[in-house]
Amino acid sequence: MKTAVVLLPGLNRDRDMIAALTTITGQAPATVWQTETSLPDVDLVVVPGGFSFGDYLRAGAIAARSPVMRAVAEAAARGVPVLGVCNGFQILCEAGLLPGALMRNAALRFVCREVKLEVVNAGTRFTKAYSQGQVIRCPVAHHDGNYFADDETLKRMNDGGQIVFRYAEGTNPNGAIHDIAGIVNEAGNVLGMMPHPENLIEPEHGGTDGRGIFESALNISSSLAA
Amino acid sequence: MIKARIVVTLKTGVLDPQGKAIESALGNLGIEGVGSVRQGKVFDVELNTDDAAHAKTQLDAMCEQLLANTVIENYAVEIDHG
Repeated sequence: MKTAVVLLPGLNRDRDMIAALTTITGQAPATVWQTETSLPDVDLVVVPGGFSFGDYLRAGAIAARSPVMRAVAEAAARGVPVLGVCNGFQILCEAGLLPGALMRNAALRFVCREVKLEVVNAGTRFTKAYSQGQVIRCPVAHHDGNYFADDETLKRMNDGGQIVFRYAEGTNPNGAIHDIAGIVNEAGNVLGMMPHPENLIEPEHGGTDGRGIFESALNISSSLAA
Repeated sequence: MIKARIVVTLKTGVLDPQGKAIESALGNLGIEGVGSVRQGKVFDVELNTDDAAHAKTQLDAMCEQLLANTVIENYAVEIDHG
């Protein structure tokens, strides 16, 4: 199981992601710096969280135009699974790999807490380890997680099963439209989500609810406790 | 050289929590009669060309590709802004 983590200046969740991937796959992921123009041959590419380029212009906007993201787009087009978490989700939207945009939280506050996520589509390659409608725990930490897409796009996403995670009722931390917390692209091989599954993969983290995303994407048999 | 000003604003219908917060702060200052506030961004750009048509093409390209996120924002380009 080979994985790669994209590194950009200003990210700060890359080490958590590297630790999570190392624990799950038994080997450290390749790291790919922003100026690289190609990716190694891997089974999963991850764009981690943080504040790439200081969130200048818009969260993820500058990072999305970096050379490495062209390589990520090419890999995604070839069908390689790509996961973007938090700033990674913002970057994938800004790069046009996912529909919609992430705006400033409706209450204008940075939120850092645990939320409950409903698995809206357990049929994606990232969610096979979960059951349809299952509610999992996951931490969030962001200032710009207020997902927005126009009605036409939302309808297309809804019909196509592209809405993968919603904040469970009463836990929407940022005003995201339709409580959207995570989405996939039309082809189903690019997932973006605001919550941090990499922070809930070992019992020492207080739970293992986030593990299923990595295990699903990497076709590792699930170790999730029911 | 051509100088241009680009104004990026949120599309109608896109919630602007920052504009709302400014609106309420104006109320706190006792400035009355404010119907609504929408926050936007201004970019002043200098281009090393005297060809206005070429400049317009370049400015539109930079708006489409970077300065505006056209999912949520509109942009307007003003050339030779004083």
